[in-house]
Amino acid sequence: MEYKKQYLYLKFERFWHWAQMLLVLLLALTGFEIHGNLTLIGFENAVRIHNAAAWTFMGLAVVSIFWMIVSGQYINFIPTTKKLKEQVRYYTSGIFKGMPHPTHKELYNKLNPLQRLTYAGLLFLIFPVQIITGLAYMYFRYPQNPVDADGLMVAVLLHTLGSFLVVAFVIVHVYMTTTGNTITSNLKAMISGYEREAAGKKDDADHPKEEVNDQTK
Amino acid sequence: MKSLLEKIISFLVVIVLPVLVIYFTIHFGLKRNDPPKREIELRSQQQPKVDHSEFAILQQNFTDPRKVTEACLSCHNKRDDELMISTHWLWEREVELPGKGLVKIGKKHINNNFCTGPLGNNGSCMRCHIGYGWEDHNFDFNNPNNIDCLVCHDKTDTYFKQKGMAGWPATPATANEEFKVPDYNYVAQNVGHPDRSNCGVCHFYGGGGNNVKHGDLEEALNNTTRKVDVHMGVDGPDMTCVDCHITERHNIKGRSYSVSASNDNRISCENCHTSRPHNDKILDFHYNKIACQTCHIPVYAKVNGTVMYWDWSKAGLKDADGNGYKEYDADHNYSYLSIKGRFVYDDHVKPDYLWFNGLANHNIMDDSITHVPVQINTLYGDYRDPNAKIWPVKIHRGKQAYDPVTGKLLTMKLFAHNKGEGAFWEDLDWETAIKLGMETYGREWSGKYDFVETEVYWPLNHMVSVKEETLSCTDCHTRSPKGRLAKLNDFYLPGRDYSKAVDYSGFAVIIIALLGVIIHAIKRMF
Repeated sequence: MEYKKQYLYLKFERFWHWAQMLLVLLLALTGFEIHGNLTLIGFENAVRIHNAAAWTFMGLAVVSIFWMIVSGQYINFIPTTKKLKEQVRYYTSGIFKGMPHPTHKELYNKLNPLQRLTYAGLLFLIFPVQIITGLAYMYFRYPQNPVDADGLMVAVLLHTLGSFLVVAFVIVHVYMTTTGNTITSNLKAMISGYEREAAGKKDDADHPKEEVNDQTK
Repeated sequence: MKSLLEKIISFLVVIVLPVLVIYFTIHFGLKRNDPPKREIELRSQQQPKVDHSEFAILQQNFTDPRKVTEACLSCHNKRDDELMISTHWLWEREVELPGKGLVKIGKKHINNNFCTGPLGNNGSCMRCHIGYGWEDHNFDFNNPNNIDCLVCHDKTDTYFKQKGMAGWPATPATANEEFKVPDYNYVAQNVGHPDRSNCGVCHFYGGGGNNVKHGDLEEALNNTTRKVDVHMGVDGPDMTCVDCHITERHNIKGRSYSVSASNDNRISCENCHTSRPHNDKILDFHYNKIACQTCHIPVYAKVNGTVMYWDWSKAGLKDADGNGYKEYDADHNYSYLSIKGRFVYDDHVKPDYLWFNGLANHNIMDDSITHVPVQINTLYGDYRDPNAKIWPVKIHRGKQAYDPVTGKLLTMKLFAHNKGEGAFWEDLDWETAIKLGMETYGREWSGKYDFVETEVYWPLNHMVSVKEETLSCTDCHTRSPKGRLAKLNDFYLPGRDYSKAVDYSGFAVIIIALLGVIIHAIKRMF
């Protein structure tokens, strides 16, 4: 079979992905220790590292948003319903029959419709909720000040719920990396930037695609 | 070549940089600053401005301590005015109490669950009055010569008020082994700022013995180590009471809420330590809601035991010969006294924790019992109160006589010099002791008595521990039912609290995700 090597993940993106992965891991481990589910490095260290990791996470988020806008790569995260059904059908049945992926990746269209929805949910809903409730956790000291929120209850429960959802996402996300052309091709792509894809299966016609010159490569 | 370069770049962006990000996050996350060192000029370190031994007026031949007072006031004029409006002199103060309006409280007017109340027991209780001879209601509160200057200002440790003498030191007629007639010239020529022992002679022994009442104030503090009290330890700053209880014109700062109710004239740690004492963000945030004392006084009664429970209902038992008797516990503290009842002492006690905003209420003489246990005092505050902080508190529990007809606590006559005067400590007769006790206060008694459980709350301030022994995070931030704040449930405490609904559904989502990917993977394989 003939393969085509395609450059998908830019340097910053790969850095962002792996730094974020480590940060999420760190936040999850320390967070669940603070919550009382784990005992690893002690409550105090967990709190200190959780707070520091939260700040790094937010810093990285700001840099990434800037980079996404400047590089035009934000385009990948705009949700679409195009081919969503086909994608769902592929994961729920096609994949078991060895059918080909209904979509294929390219630099400015590297996420399938299901990914776009999931990542949008993560980036625009769960992460912001985690950040806002986390900041409330850090700075909200009086029940009446600056707003009368009757304590931290709501913020804290949302933050906890969000963290469970992030863990669930990580489980599915890691598993989904094995659904590429080979078990490891997605993982390798996130390391080297290049993904091997079976050639000659392009059907751009159905893809929401932006004509942007790739100058970041 | 290009491929190698790309591999190096991939290695950098995929491993080196992310790991560096994590490294610096953890490094700066765990970085702790040292708390600032403070140089405070202590009152106790001030040198005396004059040498009192040079004053002729103090070289006269004193036989009456009131003449000493007269001599003091001849130079320190107007000091008597300051003292005669103080609580140390009046044993009363007027305050506004919730639900009671403007009332008089103070030792003279409130019930307590130790010896029930001082009036009628003047000979014994008024040994701790800063005057001479408050034997009964005839005592002249307007005569400045009745002020006892020496008991607070004696630097020789030789001046003492005699037991049972209503504030008088021993006279040639009453002197004995324990109490000798003071050498007034020697004492008067060696006066100065009060030492720990001056304050301690009353404040350590309140309730009839060492450390009976406070739990964090006792005779061991006269000569102690940093380990017991980081401020007063002689191997530390060796601070005296007045170094914190700053006194201007005989107004001594500090409030004891067993007799106080208002949030003023208090001392706070931040006077010296500032409101950001740790130089550490997370710890300093706790300042808003947690009193310093909560973490820094992990246990009280660190040397000698303190009374935790006093049951008057068992008092009055006699042995086979018809005499009162005593029993001791394993630590040689009283466990039973016929004259006082049953006791439970404890040492190295973990405090109880309450919200406290600096305001208190009190059971005053005419209050009827509404709740059992009766709250002798009530400390106010809750999580939503912006002025309230979590405080460590000694709760002294008691069982004492009340009138089941009127529902009011009863006051007793306990002390007399001789048998047959109706005092409980001499005659062990409940009826007469209550009758006389109620009469001294001018209160009505139905003639019936029973016993009711009571509680009094003492916020803790002393016996501050060395930093190595302060509470750590998980003393409170824990799911363990032994957590220090396990009972303080009006707020969400990270590490202690969680919502079962959120956690169970969260774990359910994780399990569903795991099962989902496992089933999916299996289906892909076959």
